[in-house]
Amino acid sequence: MEPILELRNLSCVYSQGTPFEHQALSDVSLSIYPGEYVGMIGHTGSGKSTLIQHLNGLLKPTSGQILLHGKDIWESKESVREAKFHVGLVFQYPEYQLFEETVYKDIAFGPTNMKLSRDEIDRRVHEAAHFVGLEERHLEKSPFELSGGQKRRVAIAGVIAMEPEVLILDEPTAGLDPAGRDAILANIRDYHQSKGSTIILVSHSMEEVARSVERIVVVNDGKIPLDGTPHDIFSHSEELRAMGLGIPQVTQVFQRLKELGLPIEDDCVYTMDEARDVLLALAEKRGRSAC
Amino acid sequence: MEQKNIIETKDITFQYPDVPEGASLVLDGVNLSIEQGSCVAILGHNGSGKSTLAKHMNAVYLPSGGTVYVDGMDTADEKYLLDIRRTVGMVFQNPDNQIVANVVEEDVAFAPENLGVPSEEIRRRVDEALKIVGMSKYARHAPHLLSGGQKQRIAIAGVIAMLPRCIVLDEPTAMLDPIGREDVMRTITRLNRERGTTIVLITHHMDEAAQADRLVVMDRGKIIADGPPKQVFQQVEQLKAVGLTVPETVGLLDQLRQGGVDVPLDALSVEECAQAIYRALA
Amino acid sequence: MLKDITLGQFFPGDTIVHNLDPRTKIIIVVLYIVALFSAQGVVTYGLMLIFLITCIRLSKVGAKAILNGMRPVVIILIFTGVLNLFYNTTGDVLVQWWVFTITTGGVRTAFFMVVRILMLISGTFLLTYTTSPIMLTDGIENLLGPLKKLHVPVHELAMMMSIALRFIPTLIEETDKIMSAQKARGADFDSGNLVDKAKALIPLLVPLFVSAFRRADELATAMECRCYHGGEGRTRLKNLVYTKEDYMALGLGVALTAVVMALAIGFGV
Repeated sequence: MEPILELRNLSCVYSQGTPFEHQALSDVSLSIYPGEYVGMIGHTGSGKSTLIQHLNGLLKPTSGQILLHGKDIWESKESVREAKFHVGLVFQYPEYQLFEETVYKDIAFGPTNMKLSRDEIDRRVHEAAHFVGLEERHLEKSPFELSGGQKRRVAIAGVIAMEPEVLILDEPTAGLDPAGRDAILANIRDYHQSKGSTIILVSHSMEEVARSVERIVVVNDGKIPLDGTPHDIFSHSEELRAMGLGIPQVTQVFQRLKELGLPIEDDCVYTMDEARDVLLALAEKRGRSAC
Repeated sequence: MEQKNIIETKDITFQYPDVPEGASLVLDGVNLSIEQGSCVAILGHNGSGKSTLAKHMNAVYLPSGGTVYVDGMDTADEKYLLDIRRTVGMVFQNPDNQIVANVVEEDVAFAPENLGVPSEEIRRRVDEALKIVGMSKYARHAPHLLSGGQKQRIAIAGVIAMLPRCIVLDEPTAMLDPIGREDVMRTITRLNRERGTTIVLITHHMDEAAQADRLVVMDRGKIIADGPPKQVFQQVEQLKAVGLTVPETVGLLDQLRQGGVDVPLDALSVEECAQAIYRALA
Repeated sequence: MLKDITLGQFFPGDTIVHNLDPRTKIIIVVLYIVALFSAQGVVTYGLMLIFLITCIRLSKVGAKAILNGMRPVVIILIFTGVLNLFYNTTGDVLVQWWVFTITTGGVRTAFFMVVRILMLISGTFLLTYTTSPIMLTDGIENLLGPLKKLHVPVHELAMMMSIALRFIPTLIEETDKIMSAQKARGADFDSGNLVDKAKALIPLLVPLFVSAFRRADELATAMECRCYHGGEGRTRLKNLVYTKEDYMALGLGVALTAVVMALAIGFGV
């Protein structure tokens, strides 16, 4: 399969030629395939924010290429602008970018910039609002009247309404309470499943990433040291810890159980459901042998 | 005489002004006593009233009904205002919006300056406070160039410099990454253990709440659970019903119990949890 | 990039220039400006320039930082230079083309005018680079202290100024972030005519104002929680005391100004 987005030997240096010079990314290559749900983890300052801002052409690489459907997005002025509509980026704390008088108008901002017809904009606004769980009655309200969690949904809807092929979300659950976190993640999962679009979820919560994604890209020190399935990634627990990243508690429990001597074949269990199933199966086996 | 309870709320209710009649109260009859020297976490979903309650603890808000006592002083009595604020320090969620000065040490000095502390004493307190939060090296740095976790520790140092007996932290880690969160949590626990400062931690991170010695759960302006973390986290279903979760360890044990495996629910740490499962299955 | 703006920035350090009392520095800058405006020719400008360079070297701020600060005023500089070039028509004619005449007098005025502005900016930048905003406002508050008797809210003004300086970098960062976020939604800040450009700023300015108000509100609460209750009864971490160095620096400043003024007025050099 052809990758939808491809980074080729991307490097980025900030404030080149000044005492503040800082290499944010060095020689990063990455391919994202259509329909993938990718988790991207790395601590603050690892370069992940810089990386995602390259993916939609907000930042220009110091060297290297970003290819969208095999074409360099920096080919022309139009292609860079176009890239922003194909690769939607939801920033951290996106609720702080709301500005319109009504929720409807704010969600319509992106599609309007795309110069779509009024009917098409209307359809997209309603659909996007539906995806993030906003009700019809919210649409005519001022975004500033809503609660923090609802504002966040409006902001996410504003990017979804552009119907990007790749949707990148930077810490979409930061600062929300557990119920809010779960709801947003469920919305994103639904969107992924029903639209089949590619999702990149940037997070520093291992638990969160473990629950949702099928592939994890670890960013550290401007490079991508690990890239694979959650199972692959979480089996590198020592390396992750060295990078200041944790592993899910469930995985830690399993590693400890194995050390204690429980006959667990796979010590890299990272979701609650999987953990329960493995342990219950084990309990059942024990129960039978005891009889 | 020194009070045993540093903070006491007596049946307080609170409603914002200009709210139409009949709207539900933000705080609805809260009775809470915080013992001197304890470490209390207050949990609750957004809008449960936990932040509002916190703001009552040093007279940022005054209750619409009922009374709040800080070290025996009624917060509604204006003559105690400065004494109350210096007894109970407050750290907020966004570190950027509570740092006043452009240089770390000058920011930490802000509160003692306001209190009219002599210069040499301010210097001593600033150095000490920065040492406690582990930021001495950064005394002359500009705060806006620091990381979120570092900024938040500066904010904590700024409060420590008042020599408060209690510090209320309103979601201090909500905007931080895991490293920053860990640093801040370590600072908070050290303050409590080594210096005996009373800590009230408002949070919705379950793993942070688990580090407290008492857990208060709020929902719709009321306290719905109050006890040691091990005990409170056993109420998995109630917590879920009010939009909260339990740590993954407890969640896993709960699932096993539902599957008929006899494990206790009071194992919070990874080690305790693994041991409990091991005992049940081996 | 917005982030490159160095206005109001402070570079902490431990040099004699950093450690002078802010009042000393403010007074010297005022004297320096007076001297600069009375300077007439190569000798006086030369003296001032030596003084400036010595101060910059002593402060270890680095010429680069000072030059960086000049960037926003390049247009003004060029404009002033060109204006003076044609405005003054004394001296020998160098170039004459259509209605434009450039004379030696014009070149001289233009040159000195540009040098004057550059030196003016360098001097004041050196002050803000080497003096923390709090010290700066403390100094101003102290120097303006007598105005308190006239019921001028000196402390409040000084506090406002220091908070403004504190939040400049934060708001610049925020502007950058909101701009990126709106660009990601297809906002175009660069093209179109003036009206389009003004309109394009709405998605930037509305969130910025909302955020600034939120910050102000939170900051006010945080300050109150840290027992802020106006200027009354406040003490300072660093009390302003004139030391031996301050008296020497002040003496040097007064002497330099006197010499420059005497040379300029008396001899016109």
